[in-house]
Amino acid sequence: MSPEKSSGGLTEYIVHHLTHNKVQVGGQTLHFDSWMIALVVGLLGCFLLWSQARKATAGVPSKPQAFVEMVVEFVDSQVKDTFHGDRRFIAPLALTIFVWVFFMNAMDLLPLDLVGAGVSAVAGEETAHHTYFRMVPTADINTTFAMSITVFFLIIFYSIKAKGGWGFTKELFTAPFHAHGTVAKVILAVPNLFLNLVEYLSKPVSLGMRLFGNMYAGELVFMLISGLFLSWWTFAFGVAFHSVWAIFHILIILLQAFIFMVLTVVYLAMAHEHH
Amino acid sequence: MEFIANVQGLTAVAIGIIVGLGALGAALGIGIMGSKFLESAARQPELVPMLQGRMFLLAGLIDAAFLIGVGVAMMFAFANPLLAALQAA
Repeated sequence: MSPEKSSGGLTEYIVHHLTHNKVQVGGQTLHFDSWMIALVVGLLGCFLLWSQARKATAGVPSKPQAFVEMVVEFVDSQVKDTFHGDRRFIAPLALTIFVWVFFMNAMDLLPLDLVGAGVSAVAGEETAHHTYFRMVPTADINTTFAMSITVFFLIIFYSIKAKGGWGFTKELFTAPFHAHGTVAKVILAVPNLFLNLVEYLSKPVSLGMRLFGNMYAGELVFMLISGLFLSWWTFAFGVAFHSVWAIFHILIILLQAFIFMVLTVVYLAMAHEHH
Repeated sequence: MEFIANVQGLTAVAIGIIVGLGALGAALGIGIMGSKFLESAARQPELVPMLQGRMFLLAGLIDAAFLIGVGVAMMFAFANPLLAALQAA
């Protein structure tokens, strides 16, 4: 569905591209496109790493093996810098987040109309007009919040694991403001609890919103640039702007995957700290 | 019609403010951070690899608020929820 073929111009084009492929599951709406792309891309990442790990040699490594080793060592050194302690679970978690988020973000670099062109080639223009598909799972707020809420539960889990159930509860009421007398402790319990709740809740919200906002804005800018293809006069500008934004976007997708990973590790390291 | 024009006009001003102020803040932040990075790189060149990683991390953090703002502004520009409420009524 190129912009010139749709009747409503650029606005309709963008709205069409911002509509999810929805499926009703048990009375709830599921964004099928985000779910499927995330699954496929995650499996692809697993397969790529697994296939290289399986035929890894201690001798002269092949180029793909050297690349995978580079990624793993990079993530491991990042985790080692921020997280001091047993990282047998946290380093693989960070690697998973980094690779998965990177692959999901990288879907942004595929052509916008790839799915639309495919559907209209197979099933005709009319079907394509009623088929909605969004390629970038991380430009769906559900995906990013699912990941950040998982991280949130991990933070709670590690806090309880590091400090014990009683220590965690006690810290909720005594943490930022320390007091010595019993009366002062009781008075400060409420503000402490409030501040702690805000601190805990802000983590998943900022983590999820940051990734979503970046990817959504990036996708929208691609769609806006596609508007230049509406007339042949601006076609060359469209190609030029698309190239420039795509090159800049390579930085953004890597950076956002990296930030999501580092912040997860930082939050988990903070969960181990005693006040 | 008048109502729609009113909402559109106010939305256009709002989009300008969101993008403009966001860009101002992000540009100032990136500028300050970049100048400090160059200063410290000139003072201690051996720390450059470590500082570079952190600078990119912070650049992403600074950029994020601005880009979220741009995303919200673009949503208002193309699928205005306020206008949809007016058209439904």
